[in-house]
Amino acid sequence: MNGERGAWQRFLASDFFYDFKRSPVTLVSFVIVVTLILLAILADLVAPTNPFDPASLNLMNGFTPPMEPNAFTGETFLFGTDDQGRDLLSAIIYGLRVSLFVGLTAVILAMVLGVSLGLLAGYRGGWIDSLIMRIADIQMTFPSILIAVLIFGVARGLLPPDLRDELAISVLIIAIGLSEWVPFARTVRGTTMVEKEKEYVQAARLIGLGSGQIMLRHILPNVLSPVLVIATITLALAIIAEATLSFLGVGAPPTEPSLGTLIRIGQDFLFSGEWWILLFPSVTLLALALSVNLLGDWLRDTLNPRLK
Amino acid sequence: MIEPLLRVRNLRVVFPHRHGELVPIDDISFDVKRGEILGFVGESGAGKSMTGAAIINLIDPPGYIENGEIWLEDERIDQLDARAANRVRGKRISMVFQDPLTSLNPLRTIGDQLVETILVHLPISPEEARRKARKGLEEVGIDPARIDAYPHEFSGGMRQRVVIALALSAEPELIIADEPTTALDVSVQAQVLELLKKLCREHGASVILITHDMGVIAETTDRVAVLYAGRLAEIGTTAEVLNSPQHPYTRGLIASTPSVEHGDIGTHLFQIEGAMPRLDALPSGCAFHPRCEYADRRCAESRPDLLQERVACWQYADG
Amino acid sequence: MLFIIARRLLQAFVVLLLVALVAFTIFRFIGDPVESLLGQEATVADRQALIDRMGLNDPIPVQYLRFVGNAIRGDFGISYRTAEPVSALIAERLPATLELAFVSALFAIALGTLLGIYTAIFRHGFTAHAIMSSSLIGVSLPTFLIGVLLIWLFAVELGWLPSFGRGETVQIGFWSTGFLTASGLKSLILPAITLGLYQMTLIMRLVRAEMLEILRQDFIRFARARGLPERMVYFGHALKNTMVPVITVAGLQLGAIIAFAIITETVFQWPGVGLMFINAVFFVDIPVMSAYLLLVGTVFVVINLIVDLLYLVIDPRLRDGQLKRQTV
Repeated sequence: MNGERGAWQRFLASDFFYDFKRSPVTLVSFVIVVTLILLAILADLVAPTNPFDPASLNLMNGFTPPMEPNAFTGETFLFGTDDQGRDLLSAIIYGLRVSLFVGLTAVILAMVLGVSLGLLAGYRGGWIDSLIMRIADIQMTFPSILIAVLIFGVARGLLPPDLRDELAISVLIIAIGLSEWVPFARTVRGTTMVEKEKEYVQAARLIGLGSGQIMLRHILPNVLSPVLVIATITLALAIIAEATLSFLGVGAPPTEPSLGTLIRIGQDFLFSGEWWILLFPSVTLLALALSVNLLGDWLRDTLNPRLK
Repeated sequence: MIEPLLRVRNLRVVFPHRHGELVPIDDISFDVKRGEILGFVGESGAGKSMTGAAIINLIDPPGYIENGEIWLEDERIDQLDARAANRVRGKRISMVFQDPLTSLNPLRTIGDQLVETILVHLPISPEEARRKARKGLEEVGIDPARIDAYPHEFSGGMRQRVVIALALSAEPELIIADEPTTALDVSVQAQVLELLKKLCREHGASVILITHDMGVIAETTDRVAVLYAGRLAEIGTTAEVLNSPQHPYTRGLIASTPSVEHGDIGTHLFQIEGAMPRLDALPSGCAFHPRCEYADRRCAESRPDLLQERVACWQYADG
Repeated sequence: MLFIIARRLLQAFVVLLLVALVAFTIFRFIGDPVESLLGQEATVADRQALIDRMGLNDPIPVQYLRFVGNAIRGDFGISYRTAEPVSALIAERLPATLELAFVSALFAIALGTLLGIYTAIFRHGFTAHAIMSSSLIGVSLPTFLIGVLLIWLFAVELGWLPSFGRGETVQIGFWSTGFLTASGLKSLILPAITLGLYQMTLIMRLVRAEMLEILRQDFIRFARARGLPERMVYFGHALKNTMVPVITVAGLQLGAIIAFAIITETVFQWPGVGLMFINAVFFVDIPVMSAYLLLVGTVFVVINLIVDLLYLVIDPRLRDGQLKRQTV
């Protein structure tokens, strides 16, 4: 069978891949994103230490500047250490894992929710459509970060106090996911309304296919590429939203620090001269958010010039 | 002989382009006499509007006048700086555009736009300017009481009247009217043309009337210039050109114009074979030769000059 | 015209009631108000007394109406954390947020409009290109990082400006202002830039895009053909038409500024309602959260309303109901 190979070769010969090769910014962004994702997945293998293992921490190593041997222990750390002697590089790799995990799951949640509601609104029309779209309109009036903080607060209120830190990550994902579903729903609704009038859908209805099947098999494939574009752009937004919430202290708990939490900790040491505790997590966050953003822009231009 | 109001000599306009340059106007010369109406006729893209823009110094960048001279009486006006150009634009030469719906700023009253123009060009007080604006409106047949109305409160034909009032407000010597009636309902086209003609006669202003409609030319102009692919094909008095057209292209144009008097309605009209060449694919020699039934080798090889200030055609040279 | 205004007012009223409904739901059903106020050791009698006093056994619609009525009179309940009336907390902190938001909005709109006009008129110039490229970076930077960066540069390295708080304030009646002291004004600079930067780049890009679009219009060409000087073409004709869409976005951004203040206020420990809200979320202080939601919701609805009414003033075509405003 050469189906697999044929598909790969077709991909290499496609305009899509050609465009990709032609844009150095996109290539660099892609490499950065892939590297950061690999680092996050393989954190246990690549990180020099496990920052959550108290046994690996040595307070004597505290405040070691980057690339300099520690005055007491003589150990050297690429990015230095924080106040508790935690290796900053390891903390960043594990923080990256939290940031990416929250960002990706939040986008998946937003996507599933948005696509389902969009399909429903577009296909059914009528009062369901009006209801969903009015909610979307009102939600869009407010900045999504505000919605996310609010949902986070409500969820915390619903949880018993002893579970609040434990479930903080899940709550964070739900908060960000619920604050970003609207763009998915709007796009899918629009496409659905166009597609459902087309003859092949009418034909499918005539031969007795159910609404669910029609939506899944016939309409969904048509919305995939805009949804992919929105997902990528939303991923950048979600990563920044997560970092912002964690920075504000209403996100990832100190026991499971994300990049935003690390930046929040780093800010405390700005005045005492330990700049590296702030700098490296910030640069990592920037590189991640910017690369995903640029990839999203490129995808949008390539796949769907209409969205521009 | 009386000095002409406007003299254009060997005008050449160039647009730099990825692969070299485009030449929408190439070596055009003509005069406009005081008080006369000169028509410019040709297909879209023939360079009619561009010639108007060149005269009033409003060619969109990156285009520019590469060669030639434009004289307004004894002042050369093709090389003016921005300040000097504004002294000519609107004051001595003004322009009426095709679409009255978009020519006026929708957010400002017509009186506001009239007064503003008058104040820029004439040394009078705002009160006097407003009086003059009301008079201008009256002249074009609009109730001066509507001076504080917004453009959207007028119909298309009325708006074009406002535009004409604006163009005349600083008492210019030359008006360039670029397809002034094309966007209007057929029923009001004649009214607006008649108005333009009448006012220009009263004010002693000359007009360059740009149109693609031979009928408009016949009814309105004193002289006519036929443009093809950025070049002058033929020029002469309207009677001469219409009664004995010399250029094969002019003949084609006239033959393809429907005429109610001749009962052409419903009959098959003559068509010139082919289409005007694109600017990036101009043929050698006479630009019209690929569509011309009389063309010979010379037509394909070298470009005819304007002969006897009348027509640019080798066949005419041969009689 | 009157009909349009009446309809808009009604819409705004309905949206406000909806926001109040969400706030009420949070207020009433998240957590246990009685336990939060009295603690777990309260006697059954105490609890019953409080339930009666708060009317928690009344039908829900009655409770909702009472909630709205109380909110209109400025009564948002008692903070679970500090046991103070929420209205007192807000009154104490609102001036700080409003002053910050005002300065940020002024900065964003003034500089954004100016730079937008500049980059549109001189769009081929080097400076305009430089401004446009750096604005891209401004858009991608998260707000809190901009704040931290500014603190690092101007407070830590250069030592020019304070890094947190409002500085000295002057009390005028119920209003505490930072506008009247040197330290108050200095303290405003960094937070105002942090808060306004994103909106500034947004407004700049919008003004530029709109202006370029307008400059392509026929009436601009006709204005030039009438011999109007460039200054009058740009400012008399292009700018006014540019401002129509800009006002919508700028207005909506003003609301966003108040909402985004939660980030800036946290970075700079600015004692405003945003910081109050974040603390309320952290400590699950439900009445404060609910009151904040009502407050911000009202601000958004009112701003939306003002933007719509301003439209009617600027565009004569809308006054006659000829055009419908496109929803942004």
